[in-house]
Amino acid sequence: MNFEEYSGVWVFIEENDRNIAQVSLELLGAGRRLADKRGCGLAGVLIGENVTSLSSVIFENGADTVYVYDQPIFKDYRTESFMKALLHCCEKHKPEIILYGATSTGKDLASAVATDLPTGLTADTTELDVEEDSGLLLASRPAFGGNIMATILCKKYRPQMATVRPKVMKSPIPEPGRTGELIEENIQLDESDIRTKVLEIVKATTKKVRIDEADIIVAGGKGLGSSEGFVLIHHLAETLGGAVGASRDVVEAGWIEHHHQVGQTGVTVTPKIYFAVGISGAIQHLVGMRNSSLIIAINKDPNAAIFEACHYGIVGDAFEIIPLLIEQFKQAMAGEEVKHAGKV
Amino acid sequence: MLHIVACIKQVPDTKIIKMNPKTNTMDRASAPAILNPYDAHAVEEAVRIRNRYGGIVSVLTMGPPPAVKAIKKCIEIGADEGYMISDRKFAGADTLATSYALTKAIDKISQITPVDLVICGKMTIDGDTGQVGPGIARRLDIPPLTSVKKVEEVNTEDGYIIVHRKIEDGHEVIQSSLPCLLSVEKEINDVPYSTFPNMLKATRYEPHIWGVADLEDVDIKQLGLKGSPTIVAKVWAPPKPEGGKMLEGKPAEQVNQLLSVILEKKELFEVKGGAE
Repeated sequence: MNFEEYSGVWVFIEENDRNIAQVSLELLGAGRRLADKRGCGLAGVLIGENVTSLSSVIFENGADTVYVYDQPIFKDYRTESFMKALLHCCEKHKPEIILYGATSTGKDLASAVATDLPTGLTADTTELDVEEDSGLLLASRPAFGGNIMATILCKKYRPQMATVRPKVMKSPIPEPGRTGELIEENIQLDESDIRTKVLEIVKATTKKVRIDEADIIVAGGKGLGSSEGFVLIHHLAETLGGAVGASRDVVEAGWIEHHHQVGQTGVTVTPKIYFAVGISGAIQHLVGMRNSSLIIAINKDPNAAIFEACHYGIVGDAFEIIPLLIEQFKQAMAGEEVKHAGKV
Repeated sequence: MLHIVACIKQVPDTKIIKMNPKTNTMDRASAPAILNPYDAHAVEEAVRIRNRYGGIVSVLTMGPPPAVKAIKKCIEIGADEGYMISDRKFAGADTLATSYALTKAIDKISQITPVDLVICGKMTIDGDTGQVGPGIARRLDIPPLTSVKKVEEVNTEDGYIIVHRKIEDGHEVIQSSLPCLLSVEKEINDVPYSTFPNMLKATRYEPHIWGVADLEDVDIKQLGLKGSPTIVAKVWAPPKPEGGKMLEGKPAEQVNQLLSVILEKKELFEVKGGAE
C-alpha cells in the first residue's frame, strides 16, 4: 500500500430530512483541526436524495471540498447502497482519514466500509489527534466499560477510520459565505442491486426525552433506595424544567427506561447543569457526563467517587436536601416562567 | 429448514472488574467470565424465531477453551448446537480478524446445514465496538441489519425477513432478503430463567471444537494479531477529575450555598452561540 497516494481528512455527513446531524458538524470541527495539523484538506461526503443544497452548510462549517452523491436510490439510508457510494469515493479520491458519527447510521456504515476496504476502524472515539509528520491517527476511546482509556492506531492500512461519539467534540462556529469545491459524483446502482428495502420510517410519537439535548439534567442512582425514592428526581427535574437521567443500575432495576441512562452504554450528555443524586460515580457513568459545565453531587457516602468528579458536593440525605432545593428554587424562580421545552 | 447461527462471546464482567490503581492495569481475576449480556438476547431471539417457525439454532464462539461455558449457557437458553473455534492463531484478533475467523467457521457450519440467518448481540461489553456483526455480514456477502429491536416476520418460503431497526429518533421497518445478519438491541426480548431440562441438557452437552486446521481456505495472514489492522498503542486510566468543593453546614445552609453558586454562574444560562 502506497501511503503517499492517500491524503485528506473526510467526514461522512449524516443527513435526515434535509438536516445535517449535529454530530457531523462536530466532526467537521474536529476534522478541521486534524487537517490543519496535517496540512491537508477537509472534505465532507454527502449521500442522499435532493441533498446537494446542503453543501453550503458543510463549507460554512469548515470543509474545503464536498463530494456529493445525489441520486433517488439514496433516499433512505441503507448499508449496501451507501457503502457502495463511499467505497467508490474512497477508491477515486483516496483519503487518509475518515470520521463518522457514532450513531446507528454512522456505526453501521463504517463497519461495512472497513470490512470491504479493508482497513482498521476505531469505535466510539472520544479523543482524536494526528501525528503531524506521519499522518497517523491517534484515536482514543474508553475501553472495558470505561474502566480504561485506550489509544488505537492503524499503522499499515489507509484510510484510517473512526466513529466518534456525539457531543464530545465542539462544533465549529460557522463562517457565513465560506465556500469550497463541490464535486458531484454518481454511481450506477440499480434497485435490484440492493437487497434491503425501507418499508416505513416511524418517528417516535411520544416525545421521548432526548437527554443529550437537555440543558439541565437531574440524574438519580441506586442511592435513592427505591423506585419510590426516585420520584424525587422527577420532582426536581420538573421544577427546573430539566430532563431526568439515571445510572445503569437504576435502569437495570427497572426504575426508568434505558434511554435515560447516562454513561458508557447509555448516552453522553453535556448539559449546563448536571445533578448527580445518590449516584456513586462508577467510571462508566463519569465517562458519559464529565463534560457537563456544572456538576453538582449529592450523596450520603462521603467517600463516593462522584465527589471527585463534581464541581460542588453535598454530603447528605437526598430526602432532606432535594425537597429543600425544590422549595428554594421555586422561591428563587417565583414570577419566572419555567420553560420546559418538552424536555422533562 | 430454518437454520439460525447466533455468534456469542465470553467476556469478563466489566461491571465488576477492578483496576490496579498502581499499575493502571485491569485485574482480570477480579471479574467473573460471563456470556456477553447482549449475546444472551441474540440467542434468546434465535430460540424464539425457531419456536415460531421451526428449524434449529446453532451458537458459535471464538475463544480459549474455558469459553465452552458460554456455549453451555446458550444451550440453557435453548440453543440446539454449539460450535467453538479455538486456536492460538486466533489470538490478538481485532474486529476485522475476528469477523474473518467467524466467517470461516460459518462457512463450515453451512456445509453441515445451510445457514439462513446469523444473529449477533449489539456489541460485547469488553470491546464495545459492535463491528464484528456487520463485518461477518460483509464477508458472507449478506445484508447486515444492525440495531434490530423487533423481528416482525420471517418468511423462508419467499426468502425474506422484516425487522424494526432502531434509529436516533424512532425506528424503521426494513425488509431484507434471506440470508442476512441481525445485530440486536437488548430491548428485543427478555431472557427468561433457564428451565431444568435445558440445564440438564447443557451439563451433558459437548460442543464441536475446531482449530484453524479444521477450517477450509483460511488465509493465515488474516487471522489473529497478524490480521488485525488496529493496534492498542497505549492504555491509561481516564484522567481523574479534580475534586469539587464540598458545601458545609446544615442541609438548609448547604442548599442556600448551592443556590447562590448556581445563580452566580449566570453565563450558563445564556443562549449558546455557534452552530445551534
